[in-house]
Amino acid sequence: MKREPVYGIMAEFDTPTALVEAARRTHQAGYQKIDAYSPFPIEGLAEDIGFDHDEVPLVVLIGGIIGGLSGYLMQWWISVVDYPINVGGKPTHSWPAFIVITFEMTILFAAISAVFGMLALNRLPMPYHPVFNVPRFAMASKDRFFLIVFSSDPKFNPAATRRFMEDLSPRSVSEVPS
Amino acid sequence: MDQQYKTTAGAERAPVIEPGYTFGTVTEKISAIVLTRPASNGWFAGFGVAFLLTMMMLYAIGYLFLKGIGIWGSTIPIGWGFAIVNFVWWIGIGHAGTLISAILLLLRQSWRNSINRFAEAMTLFAVACAGIFPAIHVGRPWLAYWLFPYPNTMRIWPQFRSPLMWDVFAVSTYASVSAMFWFIGLIPDLATLRDRATNPVTRLIYGALSLGWRGSARHWHRYETAYLLLAGLATPLVLSVHTVVSFDFAVGIVPGWHTTIFPPYFVAGAIYSGFAMVLMLAIPIRKIYGLEDFITELHLQNAAKVMLATGLIVAYGYGIEAFMGWYSGDRYDAFTLWNRLQGPYAFLYYLLLICNIFIPQVLWIRKLRTSPVALFLVSFVILVGMWLERFVIVVISLSRDFLTSSWGMYYPTRWDWMTYIGTIGMFLAAMFLFLRLLPSISIFEMRTLLPEAEVKE
Repeated sequence: MKREPVYGIMAEFDTPTALVEAARRTHQAGYQKIDAYSPFPIEGLAEDIGFDHDEVPLVVLIGGIIGGLSGYLMQWWISVVDYPINVGGKPTHSWPAFIVITFEMTILFAAISAVFGMLALNRLPMPYHPVFNVPRFAMASKDRFFLIVFSSDPKFNPAATRRFMEDLSPRSVSEVPS
Repeated sequence: MDQQYKTTAGAERAPVIEPGYTFGTVTEKISAIVLTRPASNGWFAGFGVAFLLTMMMLYAIGYLFLKGIGIWGSTIPIGWGFAIVNFVWWIGIGHAGTLISAILLLLRQSWRNSINRFAEAMTLFAVACAGIFPAIHVGRPWLAYWLFPYPNTMRIWPQFRSPLMWDVFAVSTYASVSAMFWFIGLIPDLATLRDRATNPVTRLIYGALSLGWRGSARHWHRYETAYLLLAGLATPLVLSVHTVVSFDFAVGIVPGWHTTIFPPYFVAGAIYSGFAMVLMLAIPIRKIYGLEDFITELHLQNAAKVMLATGLIVAYGYGIEAFMGWYSGDRYDAFTLWNRLQGPYAFLYYLLLICNIFIPQVLWIRKLRTSPVALFLVSFVILVGMWLERFVIVVISLSRDFLTSSWGMYYPTRWDWMTYIGTIGMFLAAMFLFLRLLPSISIFEMRTLLPEAEVKE
């Protein structure tokens, strides 16, 4: 991938409504590599910028299945194969007694998958990111809303994209250095 | 997912958040407690006392390690004593935090947004306090790791048919999931603190903790999915934890323990005491830090209603226990009931009924339900009552079981009291630190409650 001198062009908005509106127009104008930033989750915004598959549920499902299976198999192997003890004549494979730990292991593995899966899919932790080079971006975690078109977008053109973004009636437009 | 953030309060009810706030002022108000507001003398005094109590606990535990659990009052026939009473009490208190953060999220109760953060912190600290007791109660605490199944040179494994093993898994899973849930909820707020901190060291610390969160729409989407799934996982988990704790008793054959009502009645009791602790923390916090606009009358009222409802479930549990003592026809069960009402610990049982059943009924009165002072006092009474409940279950049942020759009495020693009161100090010390170091109200979830957060089509 060739390295662009600029990372992208960023527009700043005052309200969530303005951001959603601008994101939709930008996406409809044919820009694909765009992103929107907000200080709180906005319903539907991710879909508006072309995000259509969230893999987190699948990761959690797989994690839960692995947790449950390993929980049960661990108890089975320990109690039946490796270390069978006769407790009051109960069968060594007394499965009802294994359910609680199987359940807890399912939850534990699913929860770990949810947390680390979400972070990994989001490519976090990532302490440095070019968008932080824009001083106004510090307000993205307070009360401002940002939209960026990345320079890797096929339709990206420094001058034309900037003009397009200025037409979205933003509060400000800035260039994000690479 | 925005649906759940819509306010559920009608026009006649107190609002979830007082009008007139913007994204900026909400952010400012909550983050200022951490970033700019100097610590008051009151904070230092409170933290100092809590810290001293923590030191007292460490002293008591240090002496315990030196001498062994003979310094405690627990002996045969009452081998469980304070350690288990306090363990169950603390773990129960923790339950309200998960209930608020997970179950109320799934039920789309937006009022939870202003109390979930510190309720989750409360859960973590309460579970930490709870975890101390079984660990030091095993007698040789430096070998407590034997509880976990790990390949070892002794070629032995834990016994998975024992409820005590279930407890190890339930409590450690609960502690881990609560910690992850809490941290995930903090990430966007840590990013806010990173962006607002002026001191470079502070910014570096919050920056590192925020993992580089930048609020991208794709990130938020996965974040919300993960958060919702975690809530869905934490909900059955929290119900399972106190159920498993109650199995420690119910699977045994001791009269007064061997009963099927225990799981639901333990869970209800846990939520009961947990909400009491939430109120005992929320009432002073909102007053001292001027957060009455965020933690409004509505929150106090709702918490009081949850206490009233769970309190009635607990009362039903006591009623069924007494009824079964008579109806089962089992002479040992009948004797347990008689022993509670007439035995040497009877005064504690009556005190328990007063604290847990009679006094909390004042919450039916709307005026008291909205009065912070009254709620604070009732919450304190409930916490005492729930502690007594565990004492009654553990000690009264064990003190007089099947054989008169094995009867005995339990008297806690000063070391028991020092350890118990010390954990309260540790809990408070952690809360004091939390209030100063992390946003005690979830800033980003508060933003979603504001009218301006709504996207107009």
